[in-house]
Amino acid sequence: MAATAATSISSPLKCGLFSSTPGFSWSTRSLQFKKNERQNARKASRGVITAKFDLKPPPYPLDALQPHMSRETFEYHWGKHHRAYVDNLNKQIVGTELDGKILEEIILLTYNKGDLLPPFNNAAQVWNHTFFWESMKPGGGGEPSGELLNLINRDFGSFEAFAKEFKTAAATQFGSGWAWLVYKANRLGVGNSVNPRPSEEDKKLEIVKSPNAVNPLVWDYSPLLTIDVWEHAYYLDFQNRRPDYISIFLEKLVSWEAVSARLEAAKARAAEREREEERKKNEYEDDDEVVDNSEPSELYVESDEDDSAAD
Amino acid sequence: MALRRILCNSKILTSANFNCGNSRSVQTLSLPDLPYDYGALEPAISGEIMRLHHQKHHQAYVTNYNKALEQLDSAISKADASAVVKLQSTIKFNGGGHINHSIFWKNLAPVNEGGGDPPKGSLSNAIEKQFGSLEVLVQKINSEGAALQGSGWVWLALDKEFKRLLVETTANQDPIVTKGSALLPLLGVDVWEHAYYLQYKNVKPDYLKNIWKVMNWNYATQVYEKECI
Repeated sequence: MAATAATSISSPLKCGLFSSTPGFSWSTRSLQFKKNERQNARKASRGVITAKFDLKPPPYPLDALQPHMSRETFEYHWGKHHRAYVDNLNKQIVGTELDGKILEEIILLTYNKGDLLPPFNNAAQVWNHTFFWESMKPGGGGEPSGELLNLINRDFGSFEAFAKEFKTAAATQFGSGWAWLVYKANRLGVGNSVNPRPSEEDKKLEIVKSPNAVNPLVWDYSPLLTIDVWEHAYYLDFQNRRPDYISIFLEKLVSWEAVSARLEAAKARAAEREREEERKKNEYEDDDEVVDNSEPSELYVESDEDDSAAD
Repeated sequence: MALRRILCNSKILTSANFNCGNSRSVQTLSLPDLPYDYGALEPAISGEIMRLHHQKHHQAYVTNYNKALEQLDSAISKADASAVVKLQSTIKFNGGGHINHSIFWKNLAPVNEGGGDPPKGSLSNAIEKQFGSLEVLVQKINSEGAALQGSGWVWLALDKEFKRLLVETTANQDPIVTKGSALLPLLGVDVWEHAYYLQYKNVKPDYLKNIWKVMNWNYATQVYEKECI
């Protein structure tokens, strides 16, 4: 199968660790995206860096999730839909100020506090679909373990309760969209406002759903797991039976290893951010003058600089 | 009996004393019949799609709308404002789905029953006057439909107040009136993926191109002429 040549690059586990969000500090003051952990590799051509996101293949062959998700679905979902988002994004941003930025940056900028700019749909869908492929694996399903299971039990009561809520969210996202398990660190339930008195309990798991291309990055949450509930994701295999698709996803496809790895990364980022905020607070208290933050924080619409509620 | 069925299937909810579903006070709705066989719109729209679209999707909107209405009735009688407000979105989704699809089935017709025949009379004149030609109008509807992100509809609507035609889109199952209370739908094109995916897959533009072969301009003309005599 011609398509599998490109898809069998890495083992699922490696891609699970390599995937979407590790290494990204979500501090809106400084986005430290490590070069080798960028989600979509960018190529330089003829010594000039241009906007050229690549279509990253799933970490398994296109037929590897059969019979739960067919090869035919992948040929369209990855081969046509995901590819079109990548191609259209590249066309949209070349020569603009978004050209040269990494994907997560483009998503946050074009989300524009909900007043979406045209490239948002393509940028977010590129990210969402890669995150989705990496949320699944052949022989997936079952139940999580370790720290992830502990948090699920703590924040949902039980795995069964989590599953029920996740399925409900996915089934009731009306129209097109996504359902997510996220790690919400010190964010209050209002947009992405910062909790001024964070405690361990504020770092919690939540289930959220989002319409069309929106993803929890725009709310400053850390996504851990997603299911695509656009009809194109399940119509060939399940037609109108979205609840069946959601059940099969949980029972047979979810890669809990990937979810656990993302959780570890999210917790590390949250800890790092706490340390940085503590450091900044001490600097303000120690020095009279404001520390010059020379990072391009003005680019980020959701900067938590002086709008922090810590007063 | 026939009158009750017509009123019950009407997209306009009446508060008349017609008991549509059961003996309780809430008037529930039922799935309107298709005016043609599932396969009658082929090859433009496959019989498989028509069957699923009508028997599963539209039926689900009707079922869920009825359920929401009963829950609403209960919440109202308990003066539970919070529950009433919470039900609004599901009523909008499912009620809108029923309204929109009821129009959609009438917008389509088999080729041997006028499907695809271009509009005539006053509607045709209005189209020429406002858009230049039918081709330009179709092109506009198709490009709006192709550009729509996510799920929704493209409409040819009549602004009853200004007696003007316009092309408008709505998201999800929002009916056209959500874009303007004076708007009357003449034609709607469902661009939810369920409307075309099994046959056209990701190539939405092909679906938009072909649906005009079974478009029932007679219906649109009737609606238009009633309003714009």
